[in-house]
Amino acid sequence: MPANRFNGFTEYGVGIGLRIPHYNHILEKKPVVDWFEIISENFMVDGGRPLHVLDQILEQYRVVQHGVSMYFGSVEPLNREHLRRLKALVRRTNTPWLSDHLCWGSVDGTYSHDLLPMPYTFEAAAKTAQKICEARDFLEVPVVVENVSSYAEFHASEMTEWEFLNEVVERADCGILLDVNNIYVSSRNHSFDPLQYVNSVPHERIAQIHIAGHSKFQKYILDTHDHPVIDPVWKLYERAIERIGPTATLLEWDDHIPSFDEVHGEALKANRYVREKVMA
Amino acid sequence: MDLDTIQRAMFDAVRQPLTASEGMRQRTKDGRSLRKVADEIIKPNDRLSSFERLEIYNRQYWFRILSALGEDFPGLRAIIGNRRFGKLAIAYLSDCPSHSFTLRNLGSRLEQWLRAHSEYLADVEELALDTVRLEWAEIEAFDEAAKPRMTADDMSSGGDDPKFELQPHVRLLDLRYAVDDFVISVRRREEEVDIVSNAVMERATRSRVRRPALPKPERIFLAVHRSDNSVYFKRLDREAFAVLCALRDGKSLSEAVDAADWSGRSIEQASAEVQAWFAYWAAQGWFCKTA
Repeated sequence: MPANRFNGFTEYGVGIGLRIPHYNHILEKKPVVDWFEIISENFMVDGGRPLHVLDQILEQYRVVQHGVSMYFGSVEPLNREHLRRLKALVRRTNTPWLSDHLCWGSVDGTYSHDLLPMPYTFEAAAKTAQKICEARDFLEVPVVVENVSSYAEFHASEMTEWEFLNEVVERADCGILLDVNNIYVSSRNHSFDPLQYVNSVPHERIAQIHIAGHSKFQKYILDTHDHPVIDPVWKLYERAIERIGPTATLLEWDDHIPSFDEVHGEALKANRYVREKVMA
Repeated sequence: MDLDTIQRAMFDAVRQPLTASEGMRQRTKDGRSLRKVADEIIKPNDRLSSFERLEIYNRQYWFRILSALGEDFPGLRAIIGNRRFGKLAIAYLSDCPSHSFTLRNLGSRLEQWLRAHSEYLADVEELALDTVRLEWAEIEAFDEAAKPRMTADDMSSGGDDPKFELQPHVRLLDLRYAVDDFVISVRRREEEVDIVSNAVMERATRSRVRRPALPKPERIFLAVHRSDNSVYFKRLDREAFAVLCALRDGKSLSEAVDAADWSGRSIEQASAEVQAWFAYWAAQGWFCKTA
């Protein structure tokens, strides 16, 4: 199910995040990359270098937008200024789909700049789905939601995380950005079987997959995007590809960023699982 | 417990300042137990208590915004030192939390806040305020809009007493210290970073590098502007600054020229200077087409 209505019927391959330390390399060497994912908020500005670089990238590459502060799960309404700027960027990039996180992060217009976990309740699912629909209607582009890493669970939860994800995407009729590293991190922090998660999500709604590295501490794992992908996460990726088929895949590497070639090489490891699936 | 109640309780806890050892406080300033708040909303697991799980988010919140503010104001940090800057940043961000979807705007109220909290600046108040003004102007100049430039034809067709609109990215600063060179030397030591991940593993540590010498009092007039996607600081004559400020405020050319103090100059000298300034400003693209 590589191309579907949730990713604009595209068949993108393996991409990487567009990050500042790689700008010069990309613009000068023009390496072959299937696609780049940009952090929308970094380019929701009125001018200057960010947009200049983006326009140069858009001349050569396919770009998909990924957001970090829409906060579909916050009780408060969507920020209209945010949406207005985001729509301007959507028109600039022509992104075939747009993703943000299944989380909350603001109260009364004050922002945490973090991806705070949802209580898995039917009330939360209904409110979140409604905001996803509002954003999609305004932005006029498929909106997909990403499962986040979490470090806390709520007494109020009425279902598992994957049941909550399913509830939200069914209500909103939207796609999923399945982050298999986040599934792994949360599974270790909350002691559940990550394969059960991967097996339980509606594969026909998956528009994109994220892979990444993380950091282990004594009592928990933190989603830091500063290491290569570990084998157990690749195993989850393999299972996801078995279920879904070859799907747009993106490696996130956001801190202690190594050379472009190292990041891209790590991302391209995903192709071995895709090839095995195609051969099978 | 409904979604709104959970989010308000967690958000309030997450925003509580950390202890000196960078852990979560036991109680809020008004005496509420954060352990009780955590127990009420968050499940413990076999390794972490409810309090410890909530503490992860409390630490991440502060590490992220303190790191972002420190990156935006390295000059202020260099002047007052990392320790004092840390205290100032915590107080500022407690009073003025982010109201924007982007961390870019985190320092937008810092100058105003500092004017009401000069106790954080002690004996360097004027120098620190000038530095903050310049560093915020630099942030704005970096990514503000650039409208189409005013052309020579536009200028000549503006009538007898035209108006000139400054580009949105041009900022004009009247400073009591020559902080431009100071900020440049401090900035050279900083690396470009963009924060996009879900977690901040640890508070950014600042290496101890020798601070550039602090500038002495020296009134300067500065234009902060963008050219070829880089931000520049351009020192201006007092009179040129007065003319530009008047143009920025919507005055006509003749009104703007009258705003400057021309004492000691002949009309011919003043006229030649104004022409040279306008030629330079136009070449830099500081004027944009008016609507």
